[in-house]
Amino acid sequence: MSSEILIKNGRVIDPANSRDEKCDVLISDGKIAEVGRIDKNADTIIDAAGKLVTPGLIDIHVHFREPGDEEEETIASGSAAAVAAGYTSVVCMPNTNPPIQSETDVEYIHRKGRQARKTHVYTMGSITRNREGVELAEMGFMTEAGAVGFTDDGSGVQDPAVMLRALKYAAMFNTFIAQHCQDDSFARDGVMNAGYNSTVLGLPGIDPLAEEAMLWRDIQLVKKTKVRYHAQHISTAGSVELIRQAKKMSLPITCEVTPHHLLFTDDCCADYDTNYKVNPPLRTAADVEALRQAVREGLVDALVSDHAPHLQSEKELEFLAAPFGIASLECTLGLYVKALIEPKIIDWPGLLRLLTVNPARIIGVDKGTLSPGKQADVTIIDPGAQYTVDTAAFYSKSRNCPYQGWKLKAKAEMTIVGGEIRFGA
Amino acid sequence: MALKRKVKQFDWQSKHLLGLRDLSAEHISFILDTAEGFEQISTRSVKKAPPLRGRVVVNLFFEDSTRTRNSFALAASRLSADVIEFTQKTSSVSKGETLLDTARNLESMGVDIVVIRHGAAGAPKLLSRSINACVVNAGDGYCEHPTQGLLDVYTIRKRRGTLEGLKIAIVGDIAHSRVARSDMWAMTKLGAEVTFVAPPTLMPAEVEKLPVKISYSLDEVIDKVDVVNMLRIQFERLGGNPFPSVREYSHYFGLTVERMKRAKPDILVMHPGPINRGLEMESEVADGRNSVILDQVRNGLAVRMAVLFLVNQAAAKQKI
Repeated sequence: MSSEILIKNGRVIDPANSRDEKCDVLISDGKIAEVGRIDKNADTIIDAAGKLVTPGLIDIHVHFREPGDEEEETIASGSAAAVAAGYTSVVCMPNTNPPIQSETDVEYIHRKGRQARKTHVYTMGSITRNREGVELAEMGFMTEAGAVGFTDDGSGVQDPAVMLRALKYAAMFNTFIAQHCQDDSFARDGVMNAGYNSTVLGLPGIDPLAEEAMLWRDIQLVKKTKVRYHAQHISTAGSVELIRQAKKMSLPITCEVTPHHLLFTDDCCADYDTNYKVNPPLRTAADVEALRQAVREGLVDALVSDHAPHLQSEKELEFLAAPFGIASLECTLGLYVKALIEPKIIDWPGLLRLLTVNPARIIGVDKGTLSPGKQADVTIIDPGAQYTVDTAAFYSKSRNCPYQGWKLKAKAEMTIVGGEIRFGA
Repeated sequence: MALKRKVKQFDWQSKHLLGLRDLSAEHISFILDTAEGFEQISTRSVKKAPPLRGRVVVNLFFEDSTRTRNSFALAASRLSADVIEFTQKTSSVSKGETLLDTARNLESMGVDIVVIRHGAAGAPKLLSRSINACVVNAGDGYCEHPTQGLLDVYTIRKRRGTLEGLKIAIVGDIAHSRVARSDMWAMTKLGAEVTFVAPPTLMPAEVEKLPVKISYSLDEVIDKVDVVNMLRIQFERLGGNPFPSVREYSHYFGLTVERMKRAKPDILVMHPGPINRGLEMESEVADGRNSVILDQVRNGLAVRMAVLFLVNQAAAKQKI
């Protein structure tokens, strides 16, 4: 293992330092040593001409299914997929089986991540015991073990008093609460967006209000507690408006979006293709437009994959019975280029900000920049590389991906994690 | 006759009947015309014809049903098919045998036509993508119940000659009704004007985008329509508490003798059955002279014979 890596002639984009210029990056002993014009001999010299050199990408919303559903994904297979897609850090959701709700569980995720030797693997902890929304889980012990935040993702905390208690308690540990906003009394047994399509398909719908009612409620709770709050995978125009208002009030609220909510509408469900069954559900063209506008306005803080692998045999069930989720980690970068850069909604520095320093700040880790002295997590991207999505070639164990056969642009060419070339050597 | 000529010209090509939404008015009329030809078989002393001899039809029912299942079984046996009954009350779960496992097993036994009733909308479509046999939808979730839609328009056409220009009210739990949807597609394609009548809590999402009129008052509609189809209130499907009490529901949406006095004298009263007497309609109305409820049952047989005949014929053609 070489101790010095010099990346020459790339377009270095480091949004945290407002850097976007053609220059070189020197990595020494696992840390960023220098960024600029560097004439020096190094153990490894990489010619990055025509490529983007960026802080390693960070995905704060993935499901790696371990423990419990290792047939769908493991931390090893998921982080192998992540590193191949240009990610150097991922945050696992705690809705495993059993859920992540103790310091031991958190340590288990970390150990599996270290053993896999691909990306840094972080985890959030459950807000409530068994994700039942009733009693708080041990947030303190989990934070000490390294949990980077808390969520009951997969469902929202239904009881407002429990949510208020969670926010108040989280303040003690300077952590944050992330919410999958869905009021179950509106969502009931819904499996897709409530609207014309659900009516004609005869499927129970999830009204946009299910998301918006909970987000509105939580904003009131944040007003009261001033505790950091993160709205996960927002999907409706109404949610965008709520976030806009909350940010105007300077509340400590952030939000994320997924590629599928920027690319698909509920028209995609017309053939009962369960690869489009996802929660929150795919909405309407007006919602897609509102989310894109939110990115344009800077209301969206992080872009995530919500990588949610499932077995083929489960996705072959009836639309009503099949599980929610899309496995898209390996093409997420290309999807964001298609959804946001090609229509000129944001530029590369804008995109990379939402994939590096912003998510790092949300989870409170000292990452996402190329500042000298920082751990050397670096991704080299070929922005012009064209490829066709082929799920058969995924490192991920699952194939529930509606992007099969899509032609995308921009691909990670090399991923360096802690100064080690973990992909693209 | 004009009708007979049309029968000969049309070339039916689909080996599945999944729903009426995707069928044209010509398709629908052709099925109805074909059904007319089968109706008289039921009046013979030997109630059998040979077109499905040697074929195997499976009744794959995942939901309770008596009349639809029996109607299909009888239709198949009148066409000389062998009929297997496969009733399974539990829907598929992630562990255990899935719908596709079941279907592939049946296919290995050499089944030619699968008649499926399933609680999950889209299940017949899923099946049609995965097996080679013909698939006939006998009701899927709240999506469609195409043979019910067909027998409803058949019944109306038989009484009135045409659906063109008729005003039809469909009353009740529209949100959870596959009959309402199949009726709507068939009736509007054949030129009728359909009004959904229900409390707003029993209307589906974005109902205003459907090709129907909307009313919350049966009283405002009852004197204007030529046909009224009273849906069965299915307590097992109602979520929550969409109306405060059965008594209040019946008060506003029940077809009472009193309301019938304001209806057109020749109004056709329909119901997909089985009736909750005293809830959707009073017994005197159900059994009254405007009721065509038993015609619907009788016509269902002819329509299902036509459907089985046509899908089988299309499959045979595709094999050549």
